[in-house]
Amino acid sequence: MSLAITLRHAREDFVLDVDVETPSGVTALFGPSGAGKTTIVQAVAGLLRPDSGRIRIGDDLLQDSATGHWLPPHRRRIGYVFQDGRLFPHMSVAKNLAYGRRMSGAPRDPASEARLLAMLGIDHLLDRAPALLSGGEKQRVAIGRALLSQPRLLLLDEPLAALDAARKEEILPYLEKLRDASGLPILYVSHAVAEVARLATSVVILRQGHVDRSGPVAELLADPALTRALGPREAGAVIEARVLRHHEDGLTELATSAGHLLLPGVGAAPGTGLRIRIPAHEVILALTPPEAISALNILPARIRSLRGGDGPGVMVQLESGADLLLARVTRRSAEALALEPGKNCFAIVKSVAVARDDIGAL
Amino acid sequence: MTLGISPDAWAAVALSLRVSFWAVALSLPVGIAIAWLLARVEFPGKQLVNGIVHLPLILPPVVTGYLLLLTFGRRGPAGAFLHDVFGITLAFNWTGAALAAAIMAFPLMVRAIRLSIEAVDPGLEEAAATLGACRARVFLTITLPLAAPGILAGAILAFAKAMGEFGATITFVSNIPGRTQTLPSAVYAFLQVPGAEGSAIRLVLISIAVAMGALVASEVLARRMARRRTGA
Repeated sequence: MSLAITLRHAREDFVLDVDVETPSGVTALFGPSGAGKTTIVQAVAGLLRPDSGRIRIGDDLLQDSATGHWLPPHRRRIGYVFQDGRLFPHMSVAKNLAYGRRMSGAPRDPASEARLLAMLGIDHLLDRAPALLSGGEKQRVAIGRALLSQPRLLLLDEPLAALDAARKEEILPYLEKLRDASGLPILYVSHAVAEVARLATSVVILRQGHVDRSGPVAELLADPALTRALGPREAGAVIEARVLRHHEDGLTELATSAGHLLLPGVGAAPGTGLRIRIPAHEVILALTPPEAISALNILPARIRSLRGGDGPGVMVQLESGADLLLARVTRRSAEALALEPGKNCFAIVKSVAVARDDIGAL
Repeated sequence: MTLGISPDAWAAVALSLRVSFWAVALSLPVGIAIAWLLARVEFPGKQLVNGIVHLPLILPPVVTGYLLLLTFGRRGPAGAFLHDVFGITLAFNWTGAALAAAIMAFPLMVRAIRLSIEAVDPGLEEAAATLGACRARVFLTITLPLAAPGILAGAILAFAKAMGEFGATITFVSNIPGRTQTLPSAVYAFLQVPGAEGSAIRLVLISIAVAMGALVASEVLARRMARRRTGA
């Protein structure tokens, strides 16, 4: 089910003007703060009335300023998970979860409810008051509450932004499961590349109220032209991999289209499909296969494009098997090695260069 | 048990309690509605409504009472209508005392409730809307329960103010023992009679006891609500 958003909304210091159509799956709205991400999701939810615009989910028109059609928020059936959770403080967790169903009068489905609570790991919290939950628990309850209202679209507005790294790691697997199990279209607002790389199937990059680029996640994140939008330290390609086996020394061997990778122990069973983000600044390029080097991963690759910016760095896009990789090298190195499109080389990746939050379920 | 208090004085205490109870009970829904409008809705003439609500607070009570008499007296436009259509008489009747008390207490009540509604995070109301609650149900299930301690405080404040209302009441319904003589009117009447200071003091003590009782009750209730919220 696709989501088509056309919006124009002007404020004194800010103009939002977007026209996007997203496919089903998880679409990440990505961009720096002030780019208009939250304005868009608020408009989709009906919490903000834009100057003009048209929003459509599948064949259902939510609003159209041309005809004056406007569906109020409570009739949109859109689940909204806010950055700050927004659990109702005067209700227990169970009552928070039941709120959507109570309002819609939908019949109760205890079996699927229990499945969802177990998936989110909140079935033991039902009697608690929201004030007594940890940040991660609150967000999981908020996600459960939104899902139990049986939405046709889920909006996640930086649901992890207020959490520390450990809590994020606690929730990301649930979001991955949700993406894979529910088939519910999700609009995911984030300014963290690692989250986008793990969760999104497609990305819309926003800049100052406009759509900069949009497309499938693997294609966009491997695009050197986006370095400026992402920030050079955040750039990195996403590739797909399958767990082959766990070695005794604590390394996990993975198969990718480019060859085998050895990464520090990945907590997934052999056969599991994963997506891995390889940060561009962690990739070293060599023209000949290096010998006597401590890095364990050496992938044969071919240069597809080079792109320099204002600084001393050059972003190199590589084809390696069926995947695209990004490497960030200095302009000086690029000149010394005479790097140019079509040239064959080797991409070297240290095992420890891939952090735990760079690895997610496929 | 008379505590040395005359039947007329006891009648004044009972009347004051009755007048205050009805004044608060009947004005509370209106007060909540107006407080919500002022706190959450932008509409033309908002400042005017706000001003009218606060008028009894700044007008001399005698003026308010006289305006009530002009409007709700037998020959006043509203008074004649109420009398002819519903057979209700307000002037020189205890129901009129309740009206006067309600109007005099209204600004205090609305102010307390408005503040407590403004303190409710609008984000929670938005969240409720996305979960399928229409505006009325958002109000009933989110705003109202979260503002409950403030509404309670507003009601208690209004009750205390109604118990003490004197100027507008005596102007509008006079000071007829057993009929429109409220507690403050009775204290005033005793003070006009030489040698009745003792009776006046006893009524003053009762008045203080009622006020303290109301405060303590509100404190206990507010604490119970707060405890429920934090789940302790």
